[in-house]
Amino acid sequence: MPAGEPRRVGYLYVVPALAVYGAFLLFPLLHSAWISLFEWDGLTLGTWAGLDNYLTLFAEDGLRSAFGHALVLILFFAVLPVILGLVLASALHRSRVRGLAFFRTVVFLPQVVAMVVVAVAWQQILAPDGPLNAALRAVGLDALAHNWLGEESTALIAVGLVGTWVQTGLTVVLFLAGIGRISGELYEAARLDGAGVFREFRSVTLPALRPDIAVALTLTVIASLRTFDLVYVMTPLGGPGESTTVPAYEIYYRAFQAGQVGSAAAIGVTLTALVFALSAVVLRVAGGRR
Amino acid sequence: MTVSRWERAGTYLVLLLFAGYALYPVLWILFTALRSDTAGQGGWHPENFLTAWTQGRFGDYLGTSLIVAVAVVALSTLLSVLAGYAFGTMRFRGSGALFYLLLLGVTIPSQAVVVPLYFDLRDVGLLDTYAALVLPQVAQSVAFGVFWMRAYFRSSSASVVEAARLDGAGHWQILWRVLLPMGRPAVLTLVVLVFMWTWNEFLLALVMVTDEGLRTAPLGLRFFQGRATTSVPLLAAGSVLVALPVVVLYLFLQRHFIRGMLDGAVKG
Repeated sequence: MPAGEPRRVGYLYVVPALAVYGAFLLFPLLHSAWISLFEWDGLTLGTWAGLDNYLTLFAEDGLRSAFGHALVLILFFAVLPVILGLVLASALHRSRVRGLAFFRTVVFLPQVVAMVVVAVAWQQILAPDGPLNAALRAVGLDALAHNWLGEESTALIAVGLVGTWVQTGLTVVLFLAGIGRISGELYEAARLDGAGVFREFRSVTLPALRPDIAVALTLTVIASLRTFDLVYVMTPLGGPGESTTVPAYEIYYRAFQAGQVGSAAAIGVTLTALVFALSAVVLRVAGGRR
Repeated sequence: MTVSRWERAGTYLVLLLFAGYALYPVLWILFTALRSDTAGQGGWHPENFLTAWTQGRFGDYLGTSLIVAVAVVALSTLLSVLAGYAFGTMRFRGSGALFYLLLLGVTIPSQAVVVPLYFDLRDVGLLDTYAALVLPQVAQSVAFGVFWMRAYFRSSSASVVEAARLDGAGHWQILWRVLLPMGRPAVLTLVVLVFMWTWNEFLLALVMVTDEGLRTAPLGLRFFQGRATTSVPLLAAGSVLVALPVVVLYLFLQRHFIRGMLDGAVKG
């Protein structure tokens, strides 16, 4: 059956999947767009609000700071892991070390552990009397010990660093696969030309990995935009001084605690639009590679 | 390609440091789970797991999670195979548009649909049921699953299919007797990914369920953590129980996890 043979029976095969998808994903998304045009507390009748809920996205302090926090998280969830991933993957590739398979298994592990478990584990490690502070005190750095998740100045960064811990495994594995596709001759040639470590990285590895970097950046940025479990569990109620509110948290809080369902829906639609745009980039780039 | 011994040693050092960094929280939670409940008391205490299982009700939470995960995996795999088969091997009017419509679902963040889903399911009386935990996750998994299975069916050998057809096999037999047995690796990858996504899902369970009897494992852990009486070793034991099924599966089927998550990367 070569692809392309016309068969009407195809509809029967796709209908079940489309039905569930339409009812429980596509319809809710459209419904969300509709709700976002109302001011609604979820109980009584809503009142038409037009685009007001979208306009306040940029005007309201609480929301602006939530999107601002998301930007900070992008630094930790996306930029830092990509840099770390590039350094680690190219070092590993250059030195042809043993134990690569073991290393890959270990660094990818945080990707499969439930976020709630990750959050609980790090919350204990970062606790005032947790192992991190104990270690700092043990080496005489008492001044550096903090209530990491309880202070306004450190909470968001602490959550961000956990994101770095989670995402670096993804970037390392992605880049290792990418470097594996680069022809060895390119490296040979670079070395014959007398290129050092940095030169080789800049003129061989980096250009060849550009599609992989784009994929990694997009995936990790999307992950940071969607972050909910981590902040919700590590820093309840938006964190100290609401310093760790993020868009996904605002959706939950507004819809189910504050009775601002329309506003929550507007944030959701905006988030979807952002993720769509980013995914379009990744599909283009990844599509070009295959 | 050779590098100096120093560089190699440096690489090993970085490798070791980074592996330690990646493993530390995992090992810490594992060792803490085995520590005594009373501070200052030494020795190994594997009975923490038993206490978490019964008193922490993790036995119940894991049971709910298992039911939800099995239902989501079975349903979404079946629907994905059927639709992926049609999209990959047949041509019918609108098939391209329908496929892209489904593909759109891969990128819809669950955070964006959880709000309307809550009110829709409330209106039809489905809150606090297994259906509320299962069906939305099937919808999300099917978007990825169809994309994944279609790729497999497109790459499967046309000559095998042609031979089966000459033997008189219809489209139904070709799917179940020929293509699917050959496609076990692709299906297995889909199964482990959907299992992981479902098992680790948190927000949906948080919103859809208030009945304690329907709490999934991650949700149960969150409530266990919120209890004032919970000791750190018991919390750690609960965490291990929640993470264990996926981690064990990962250790055995690592290639499937990595390949699926990199290839099908846009879903999350």
